Amino acid sequence: MSSEQSNKSNAPKKSKGLNSRRDFMRKIGLIGAAATTGAVSSGFTSSSSANNEYVKVLTSDNKLVEIPKSQVQEVKLNTAALQSRGRIGIPGKRWVMVIDLAKCRNARECIKGCQEHHHLHPYQYHINTLVMQDNPQSAPYNMPKPCMHCDNPPCVSVCPVDATFKRQDGVVLIDNERCIGCRFCMAACPYSVRVFNWEEPFQAQLYKEEPMEYDVETNIPQKKGTITKCLFSADCLRDGELPTCVRACPNEVFYFGDQNEDAVTNGTTRQTVVLSELLEKNAGYRLMEELGTKPRVYYLPPKDRVFETPEKPDNHHS
Amino acid sequence: MSGHNIKFNKEKLDKIATDVLKPLGFNGAFKVWMSFLTVALLACLYAYSIQYREGLIVTGMRDMVSWGMYIANFVFFVATALVGMLISGVIGLLGYKWIKPITRIAEIIAVAFAAVAGLVIVSDMGRPERLLHVFMYGRVQSPILWDVTVVTTYLVISTLLYLLPLIPDLAIARGRGHEMPKWQAKIYELLSFNWTHHPKQYQLLFKSTRLLFILVIPTAFAIHTVTSWLLAVNSRSGWDSTIFGPYFLTGAFVTGMAAVVIAVFFFRNSYKLREYLDDSLFDKMGKLLEFVCVVYFYFNLNEFVVPAYKMKEFDAVHIHELFVGKHAIMFWFSQICGLIIPMIILLWKPFRKPVPLFIISLFVIVGAWLKRYIIVIPTMEHPFLPIQNLPNEWIVYSPTVIETMVTIGSIIMGVMIISVLAKLFPVIPIWEMAEEEDQNEDKTTKII
Repeated sequence: MSSEQSNKSNAPKKSKGLNSRRDFMRKIGLIGAAATTGAVSSGFTSSSSANNEYVKVLTSDNKLVEIPKSQVQEVKLNTAALQSRGRIGIPGKRWVMVIDLAKCRNARECIKGCQEHHHLHPYQYHINTLVMQDNPQSAPYNMPKPCMHCDNPPCVSVCPVDATFKRQDGVVLIDNERCIGCRFCMAACPYSVRVFNWEEPFQAQLYKEEPMEYDVETNIPQKKGTITKCLFSADCLRDGELPTCVRACPNEVFYFGDQNEDAVTNGTTRQTVVLSELLEKNAGYRLMEELGTKPRVYYLPPKDRVFETPEKPDNHHS
Repeated sequence: MSGHNIKFNKEKLDKIATDVLKPLGFNGAFKVWMSFLTVALLACLYAYSIQYREGLIVTGMRDMVSWGMYIANFVFFVATALVGMLISGVIGLLGYKWIKPITRIAEIIAVAFAAVAGLVIVSDMGRPERLLHVFMYGRVQSPILWDVTVVTTYLVISTLLYLLPLIPDLAIARGRGHEMPKWQAKIYELLSFNWTHHPKQYQLLFKSTRLLFILVIPTAFAIHTVTSWLLAVNSRSGWDSTIFGPYFLTGAFVTGMAAVVIAVFFFRNSYKLREYLDDSLFDKMGKLLEFVCVVYFYFNLNEFVVPAYKMKEFDAVHIHELFVGKHAIMFWFSQICGLIIPMIILLWKPFRKPVPLFIISLFVIVGAWLKRYIIVIPTMEHPFLPIQNLPNEWIVYSPTVIETMVTIGSIIMGVMIISVLAKLFPVIPIWEMAEEEDQNEDKTTKII
C-alpha cells in the first residue's frame, strides 16, 4: 500500500503501488500467519524470482530468519483478501479522534489531503469544515466534520446488504463492491457525512489505465453508483500511521489514538497526551449526544480561540 | 360469503355475461391506445438507459437531497396498491355486498401498482445490477428487507385474489362459446382449471378467498407501515414521527379509493356498464372516500399541528418551509384541494354522483402524489448540520427531465398493466353478480 513514508511530513501520501521494504516485510509476515493458522492463502497472487542470494525476513512470531531469495514470493493482496481483512479491523484497538475547535483556522489542508487520498471530486467531502454558530450571541467558529464512526451507527443498522459495517476497532467502513446504491445510509446519518458517487469517479481515467485491486480500507477505486465516506484512513492505521487529515493539519487541531490505551497523538506536534485528561480538562463533547449514536469523535469547545472569528455562516435553512 | 350454497339465476347470468364479456378483446381502439402507451414508454425507457449509463448524476438528487421524486413516487405506488385490501379485505369481510362489482377493479389496481412499485424502487438504485445482493447478503435489521418481503407477499396475495375469483368467470365465458382469438382461448382454458361450477368447487373457492382476505389485511398494513418506516426510522425533522405508520396507511386508503373511483368511472362509460356500476354504487364509494378522508385529515392534524405548536428548532424550519416557504403552494394544494374540500363537499349527495365524484377523485389523486413529494423532499433539504462548501445546484433539489420521464414511465407501466388485464378478462365478477341473494339477508341499516 504505502510508499516511502519515513519522513512524517504533513503531506498526505501521494504515490501508490510501489513496494517498499517495510511493506514487503509486512506481507511476508501475513503469509506466515496464513500458513500457521491454515487460513486462506488463495487470497494472494504471487510471482517467484530465482536467485541464489539469502535474505533476512521477520516471521509472524517475531523471529528473524534467513532464507534463500528464491523462496521469497512477492505477494499482492487481492480484493477478496483485502475485504476480509478490512472487515475485521485491527485487534485490540478502539480508534478515537479529538478535534480542538479552538485551533481550527479553516486552513482546509485536511480536506485537500483527504480528497487526494481517496480520489474524490472537489465537491465530495469525507471531511468538511463548517462554520458553526451555536446561538445568535456566540461567535462563529470552524468545525471540521469527519465521519463520527458512531458506536451505535444508524447507517449500519439500515444498510440492507451489509455493505457498510462497524469493525471491532470502532471504524465504520463501506464496501463498494457490495453497495447497491440505495442511499438509505445517507438518509439515516444525522451528521450528513456520507457521500455518493453520482457520476464516474474523479480518477476514472486512472482506473482505466492502471487497473487496481479494490481496497476496502481506502475505498479505492471509487465506483459510480456507490457510497463513499470517511474511513479514518483505515489503510494508514494498519500501517501504524495517523489518518491523512490528522497528519495534514498545520494547526494542531486533530488528536488521534487508541481509546484502549487512553492516549491520543496530535497530528501536527506529534505529542501524545492522555485522552481522558484531555477531554476532562477541556470539557470535551460529542455532536448530537441526544440522538444516542455514541460518536467516536470528540470536540473540544472553541474557548480561548487562536483564530479570527469567521464570517457568520449562511443560514442553511434559507 | 363463506360456506353458503351458490344459486344462480340463469337469465340474470346470461345478461350479465353478455354485457361484461362484450367490451373484451383487443379491438382497434385498444391497439391504438396501447401503441401510444408503448411509444411513450419507450421514450421513458430511453431516459432510464441514459441514467443507467451516466449514473444518478442525471437526476436532480445530490448528497443533501439524496432521495427525491423516485422515493416519493414509490410511496405513492405502494399507497395506491393498498386499495385492494381495503375493498376486498376490510369492507368485504365486514359483509357489505355493494362492493361486489368493484372488487375486481380494486384488485387490478392493487396488482398493477404493487408490481410497478418494485420497479420504481429499482430505478432509484445506484447499482441496479446488484439487486440480487439484497437476497444474497440481506440483513434483517434493515427496513428495506422488510419492505421487499412484504411488498412481494402483498403482490402474491393480491394476484391470487385477482385470479381465484376469475376462475368461474373464465369457465362461464368458455361455456358460452364467447368468441376470442386462439391464444386468448388458451389462456382462458389454462386459468379456468377445468372449472365445472360444482358446488364443492365453489366451497373451495369461498374458503380459499376468505383465507386470503384475512391474510391480506395484516400484509397490507405491513407494507405501508414498513414503507413509512423507511422514512420514520431516520432522526431527521419531518420524518421523526411516531404516527407515520397509521398516517401513511390512512393516506393510502384515500389515494386508493380515488384511484378506484377513477377506474370505475372509466369502465362505466367506455365499457357501457352503467347498469352495474350505477349511481348508487358511486354514492357508496363517495361515502367511503368521505370516511377515509376524515380519518386521514385527523392524522394530518396530529402530524402538523403538534410540531407547529411546539416549534422545536428543526421542526420549526420544516413547518415553516411547508406552511409559508418554498413548498407552501404544493402543501396547501394537497391539503385543501386534495383533502379538506373533498372531505367537506362529499357530505352532500349531489357530489357523490358519478361525474362530480370522478372530478373530486382526480383532485384527490393529484394531491396525494404531491403529498408524497412534500413528505420526502423538504425533510432532506434541511439536515441537522449546515450545508456549506457545496455548489449551489447541489443544495436545492429540482427534478430533471430524465427523472420526470422515468417517473412518468412508471405510471405508464401501471396504466398498461391495468389496460391489458381489463381487456383480457372481465372487469366485473360475473358469477358474483349473478349470484342469488339470500332472502333472509340481514336488512339492518348500514352506514356505508
